[in-house]
Amino acid sequence: MGFSWKTGDYLMSQLDFSTTIGTAWFPSPIFTASGCASSGKELAQFMELRDMGAVVTKSIMTKARAGRATPRMAETPSGMLNSIGLQGPGIDAFLANDIPWLVEQKARIIVSIAGETAEEFSSLARRIRGVAGISAIEVNISCPNVENRGLVFACQLESAQQVIEGVRRTIGGDLPIIAKLTPDVTDIVAIAKGVVDAGADALALINTVLGMVINPNTMRPHLGGRTGGLSGPAIRPIAVRAIYQVHEALPKIPILGMGGVTSGADAFELILAGASGISVGTASFGNPTAIMKIQNELRDILIAKGFKSMREAIGFAHRPENSVR
Amino acid sequence: MSTINKSAAQLIATVVGNKRVGQYHQILISVGDLVASCRPGNFVAINVGGASSRMILRRAFAISRTSTSPQFGGTIELIVAPFGAGSSWLCELPENSKVDITLPLGTAFGIPTTAVNALLIGGGYGSAPLFGLAEVLKERGCRVDMLLGASTGGKIYAPMEGKRSVNSLRILTEDGSMGETGRITVPLAQIIADSQIDVIYSCGPMAMLKAISQILDSGDVVHQCAVEEAMACGIGICMTCVLPVKDESGKIANLRSCIDGPVMDGSMIQWDLVGKPVTI
Repeated sequence: MGFSWKTGDYLMSQLDFSTTIGTAWFPSPIFTASGCASSGKELAQFMELRDMGAVVTKSIMTKARAGRATPRMAETPSGMLNSIGLQGPGIDAFLANDIPWLVEQKARIIVSIAGETAEEFSSLARRIRGVAGISAIEVNISCPNVENRGLVFACQLESAQQVIEGVRRTIGGDLPIIAKLTPDVTDIVAIAKGVVDAGADALALINTVLGMVINPNTMRPHLGGRTGGLSGPAIRPIAVRAIYQVHEALPKIPILGMGGVTSGADAFELILAGASGISVGTASFGNPTAIMKIQNELRDILIAKGFKSMREAIGFAHRPENSVR
Repeated sequence: MSTINKSAAQLIATVVGNKRVGQYHQILISVGDLVASCRPGNFVAINVGGASSRMILRRAFAISRTSTSPQFGGTIELIVAPFGAGSSWLCELPENSKVDITLPLGTAFGIPTTAVNALLIGGGYGSAPLFGLAEVLKERGCRVDMLLGASTGGKIYAPMEGKRSVNSLRILTEDGSMGETGRITVPLAQIIADSQIDVIYSCGPMAMLKAISQILDSGDVVHQCAVEEAMACGIGICMTCVLPVKDESGKIANLRSCIDGPVMDGSMIQWDLVGKPVTI
């Protein structure tokens, strides 16, 4: 009656299910999405965290933050808007409590960081650099730059590059840097190229899409933060497009793909577009074991399509019609 | 803080009963041995709309009662108001339908170790989990008075068998269509004094819970309230259902009503800050 998956099922099949993001290796390409799994404790009651590719932790900032006022959520057709405002414990409590616990679970860990200034990103990277058990660092530049009129770092090439350069300089070659980009730009390829030039090893595509819901009763914006990030299946075609365009321009740069992935077929679609790994976010809200379901379904699809390894499928949609696996 | 309900599990369960009770539906779901972990105050989260639904988030419902029968094994009862698209879908499910359900979630009402005088206050169908609570309190030897309120009589949920588990039941409706006319806050102070109430358990709209807390502000009556906030996941990962709550040291933090609630100490909730930004 319950749900259960045997540890390491994917190791028993002929399929090589593993992936790499820069120098980091993962036994499965299915990860949590930052901000959609907290630091893993809540999902751990439904599955073993070590059975997924990696836990991408909620973007952490220097200080503890209370986040935005409620309402923080609105369900929309095949999606939802959220306006959380990066509520979190701050880096000290995070390193003291969350990382040791995840290491104990034998989970692979990607730490997501967020800052209000380019300097805050660098100082967070400095705190994380020497911590054992971290596979990669996700730099969430889809947040407002307080030193530049609150404009989102990832919406401006210079700000985006400034953050990534600073983080690169701070951590040297110790950890792969994944730059998380917003789709709310005119030319995502230009931003992607810019952050890779600045030192990013990989890209996370896409963050939520900015949206708004107006409550017909109050006749005012529903969310406390007025605007919110749209996620869920509604944005999947935007993710597929962004990943496809960026992979076409930068075929050697690994992409951590995300945006409304709810099934193995959805994950497969993003991989065909060019993703090396898949983050599952909103799907876990509707189904706490979505990650395991997606992982199992993806493995079956890859085998059914005749792939010997997950990596052979990355960017397959870009190949000519008659190409072989 | 952050007391994850360790008993929580996800399963595909069978709807073994669905009948209309006034404006609500009484839905029985067979969940097996999990009933042993369900406490009054806990809630469940259910997938709605079927596999191709455009509704992607679970819907949360309080467990109103549990039972065990030879025919269905362990079952939980939910009282559901078919107001939104998700709850309407659930209310239309025929018996023997399967639902993807996560339970038990959240905190439970604290049960006193000694026999005390308890007042249970329900707003609308918020009364549903209070009847199961009343049974537990009676077993502990508590005196259990109940006060129910709603805008109109049709929205009062008070089943016959539930009435037997309380010492007294008083009903107020704003339009006077059932019981006395008015809101439950009007006779509250008098009831507390007359019946020497030690603890209040409440469940219903946030405005009602806030009004009760304000009346209790100066006294020493314990107030355990089951809060209601919009939530996307029910298991603590989405961070949407937060409420500003003060801890013993006086620090205010946004706590998740799905993990640190739904049952919270009403005196610790910063009612005036609900829906406002909190600075820490």
